[in-house]
Amino acid sequence: MGSPQTFQFFNRGPSPAARLVFFVVLSLLLMFVDARYGYLESSRGALSMLVSPIQQLATMPAKLWHQAGEFFVTQRGLVEENYSLRERHNRDAAQLSQLQSLQQENRQLRNLLALPQRSEFSAQPVEILYAERDVFKRKLLVAKGADAQIKLGQVVMDDMGIVGQVTRVYPWISEVTLITEKDHAVPVQVVRNGLRTIVFGAGDTSQLSLRYMPVSSDIQNGDVLVTSGIDGVYPPGIPVAKVVKIERDAAYPFARISCLPLAGVDRNRQLLILSDLPPLLAQPTEELPPGAGVDAKTGGND
Amino acid sequence: MAYLSPSTPELQRPVSNTFIVLSVLVALFLNALPWEGVWLVLRPDFVALVMLYWCTHTPLRVGIGLSWVAGMLADVADASLFGQHALAYTLLAFGGVVLHRRLQMFDLRQQTTQVLGIFALTYGVYVLVHWQVSGYVMWSYLLGCLTSTLLWAPLSIMFMAMRRARVERE
Repeated sequence: MGSPQTFQFFNRGPSPAARLVFFVVLSLLLMFVDARYGYLESSRGALSMLVSPIQQLATMPAKLWHQAGEFFVTQRGLVEENYSLRERHNRDAAQLSQLQSLQQENRQLRNLLALPQRSEFSAQPVEILYAERDVFKRKLLVAKGADAQIKLGQVVMDDMGIVGQVTRVYPWISEVTLITEKDHAVPVQVVRNGLRTIVFGAGDTSQLSLRYMPVSSDIQNGDVLVTSGIDGVYPPGIPVAKVVKIERDAAYPFARISCLPLAGVDRNRQLLILSDLPPLLAQPTEELPPGAGVDAKTGGND
Repeated sequence: MAYLSPSTPELQRPVSNTFIVLSVLVALFLNALPWEGVWLVLRPDFVALVMLYWCTHTPLRVGIGLSWVAGMLADVADASLFGQHALAYTLLAFGGVVLHRRLQMFDLRQQTTQVLGIFALTYGVYVLVHWQVSGYVMWSYLLGCLTSTLLWAPLSIMFMAMRRARVERE
């Protein structure tokens, strides 16, 4: 090895310091662009094609472990499970037929009242690949992407309720932001009295909070919150959370309300992604009588 | 205890490019294993470890540019902010390239203390970025820096043994 302190025998390109400055500036620029404008999603998708084979491979050991466990189930366990499943199926079938007649009735009533029909949707099952590496984000990566017609903003749920929303779609995998992600919002309604509000993620593993609810608002412990559906993203009537703690302090304008998600947000391996939600009706364009805007402005100035 | 003595002037065979690429891929694989909960907090950053090793042992071949590329891959794998790992690994590689002569003079114990500083810098970047993005500092981020440092000696011994095995086989 020659000593570069005295003089350089070989041309080794720019000095480490120059390279450091170049790449640091490049990284900072990328971070700024990504955080502010989000222009880089397509290049992220392209790079993910390089990385995703490794990621798929990394989930193999756990998958093999599960499969080995499934292979060694006993006959008796299967029979028991089959029995309980059949029992549950019968029970559900009875409820389902009731539900169908109710749906029919609901459709007729809505027709009579000339209200728009409730939306129907289909769901496709997906498997969770792994949870987000970052400890402070509540995100999952699931094993279906653009190849399975997953689209941005689709709703993800399990058998109990809403789990989250698709926030990034790669060719073969997609990223789901959980409802417990900090500042993630879901418009909800209290089942008991129909009160509309918005539930926010608290950034904790299993906590949601209702913000901006007046101290006097009619909310009780144990109230169930379901999606209100007025946002056009979440279909109406799907369970989201349950109120567990209410702090009413007259010193603050808002009550402090914590909820627990009903869905197994951090439990399951299989989830459902809802598709074919009908889009919301286009917002009616405001038609003000001529001169109304001007009047309002002058009125405000007076 | 021969490993703990200051690194002998033993002539090590040059490493093949395949070995370097494979080690980085294995590191990405280890990072992508389904770590959860406490283990995720304690998870050492294998990619950073391997990049630092190559930056200090073959600084003419693996340097700041390649580390930056590895950082971009890590960013995509972690779905973190674009450039976060790239920035961290750039600083890491700079530390490695600048200190490589000193590190090669030291024994593993002394190396470990030096490496702790470099990793602290790297993890400091994560903490800073997280603070900028979400507005609060998470100190538990820095735990990974300790576990990474603890793995430095085993990794060095392993790579040394692997390189020696190659020499003997040939």
